[in-house]
Amino acid sequence: MRVAVLSGKGGTGKTLVAVNLAAVAPTPALYIDCDVEEPNGHLFFKPENVRKTEIGIKIPVVHGDKCTGCRQCVDFCQFNALAYIKDHPLVFEEICHSCGGCVLICPGSALTEKEKVIGEVQMGRSGRVTVKTGILNPGEASGIPIIKQLLTACPAEAGHLTFIDCPPGSACPVMESIKEADYCLLVAEPTLFGVHNLKMVYELVKLFNKPFGAILNKCLDKANPAEEFCIDQGIPILDRIPFDQELGRLNGDGLIAARESEHYQEFFAALLATVLKEAGGAP
Amino acid sequence: MKVAIPVEEKTMTGKVCPSFGRAPYFLIYDQDTKEASFVDNSAADSAGGAGIKAAQMIVDNKADVLLTPRCGENAAGVLQAAGVKMYKTMDESVADNIKAWSEGKLSSLTEIHPGLHHHGGK
Amino acid sequence: MKQLLILSGKGGTGKTTVASALIKLSNAKAYADCDVDAPNLHLIMAAKTDPERRDYYGLPKAKIDPKRCTACDRCRESCRFEAIIKDQDYKVDAFACEGCGVCVAVCPVNAVTLNPAVAGELMLHTDKNRVFSTAQLKMGSGNSGLLVSEVKKQLKTAAVQTELAIIDGSPGIGCPVIASLSGVDLVLIIAEPSVSGLSDLERIIKTAGTFQIKTAVCINKYDTNRRKTAQIEDYCRENEIPVVGHIPFDPLAVEAINNGKTIVDLECPAGEATRRVFARTLDLLLMDSQNSADAD
Repeated sequence: MRVAVLSGKGGTGKTLVAVNLAAVAPTPALYIDCDVEEPNGHLFFKPENVRKTEIGIKIPVVHGDKCTGCRQCVDFCQFNALAYIKDHPLVFEEICHSCGGCVLICPGSALTEKEKVIGEVQMGRSGRVTVKTGILNPGEASGIPIIKQLLTACPAEAGHLTFIDCPPGSACPVMESIKEADYCLLVAEPTLFGVHNLKMVYELVKLFNKPFGAILNKCLDKANPAEEFCIDQGIPILDRIPFDQELGRLNGDGLIAARESEHYQEFFAALLATVLKEAGGAP
Repeated sequence: MKVAIPVEEKTMTGKVCPSFGRAPYFLIYDQDTKEASFVDNSAADSAGGAGIKAAQMIVDNKADVLLTPRCGENAAGVLQAAGVKMYKTMDESVADNIKAWSEGKLSSLTEIHPGLHHHGGK
Repeated sequence: MKQLLILSGKGGTGKTTVASALIKLSNAKAYADCDVDAPNLHLIMAAKTDPERRDYYGLPKAKIDPKRCTACDRCRESCRFEAIIKDQDYKVDAFACEGCGVCVAVCPVNAVTLNPAVAGELMLHTDKNRVFSTAQLKMGSGNSGLLVSEVKKQLKTAAVQTELAIIDGSPGIGCPVIASLSGVDLVLIIAEPSVSGLSDLERIIKTAGTFQIKTAVCINKYDTNRRKTAQIEDYCRENEIPVVGHIPFDPLAVEAINNGKTIVDLECPAGEATRRVFARTLDLLLMDSQNSADAD
């Protein structure tokens, strides 16, 4: 069972929920941090025995001596990442989309590929949780190749629980992160911006035909626009996390609430049971 | 010597276009024959890498010199590799800029701005 | 035109909350929302008139003609983005397609074409002598970086005479953030005092540094964790990044935003602190021009 945790708006509590659910899982669980631009889960788990794997993308390399000057590569490139100067093509690496087209098209084998490292995947353990973190190198444009790598070999067999911590927003990195999910948990906060962005991920999960439910975070004793939206749209509300300074402090200090407090251990265990019931699959 | 200039309209009296990569046309002026021709800039509606494509056009039209108000780093890379010299235009008409250049009154363009890293990726 | 960009690295630290307040305080005549994936600024800076709208075309998408397709599988084999699916027919997954054209090139029977695709919508509000540029990325589209560049271009074209433009950015450090950085004079990073906040802050500072853009930091909700606030201050000091202010956690501020108002539209501690942030940020922005004026 693979549960993706997303929110649209940043800062609503995706990592809080994903990390704590993984921490209370009764069987060995997998936590995958797909927010490769700003990964935070590992700060809470502090995983041990971390193995690192570099992730790279393929960028063309020009072999000027073999170039016949046909310029088919330059004409082909939709992204204008190649220019032809003097007697051979020039590659603009930051613009290149790694599609491999120019290499395929070159009639004279003047183009080969090299690997450009854009980030890494780290894998370690924290208690019963296997922690997989994707990290994009600052300056690189897209973490999609890293997210793809994170989600390969993502156990879907019975008995394994996987929690996918998604990036904020609802664009391509998020879509990539929820592709393999069996269930989507939407974390909502009771603010104007929160609801506005909740609407977007709601559209997204519907578009991808994923079963979903919401969890309302930072709840106060007043009108909750996120709650109203969920009720309006018929989005199942799985639970509510009251606004709690103590929880904020634990989280702010990088501590896993379910491991520090009996109250939150019980809370998240109950939430996990609800999620699994809703998702219609016992592990 | 051939001089290229990004322009908004196909006239010698119009102003120089403020953008290089996405100018609608380029004027190619041959100093020896005094002939002026206008080419459409195919890079103008590119999703990304417009500067590179526009610079490629300048090189392909065998211009030796480019007069432009500004230039991005990727386009500059193409032009420098091809040996095209760049000069900074004044806020005057195309004809006035060509005259100023031929009299050595325009300064070299040294301020290259970072690419508008379009990526176009996700 | 001086450009001030508000970023954060971590989501939810208060970019739009601070950006809208700065726009109000500076009476900026030009501003933009570059969080094209999830724009929020318009919820506060509501325009009285409808914006000019135009479709934004990103990269094209491939399409397979089932009548011509011979199911040779070459397209699917060559696609690096897993965008070709073999179902009953061969189909293109429009969400995954990057418009690279490899499938078109390898198809032996010309069954694949590249077609223009609308990737979003650009909006330009011009009323009361001010210009507000924003956009909405269409769900499932890539090309967010390109759309961000269009939002900025739209702003610059419409607001030629303005002295100051304030840009509300997006979370993260990837493509849309990188695209928003170009041409910016100062990045104001809204930091949150937490373990995650500090980690994310370091990464966004590194990213802005890669592009050599001047940065300053403002610590929001600083009183929720004074220890972490001190750590952020230490980090900034070590890296010579000015801290332009501290904003307290303030329920009144939350209420203001929820009512579609900026936090300087009412009397509240967060608003007061933001006024000081504004003054120091402006100093930094103008200090630059002072220096370059002296250098001339």
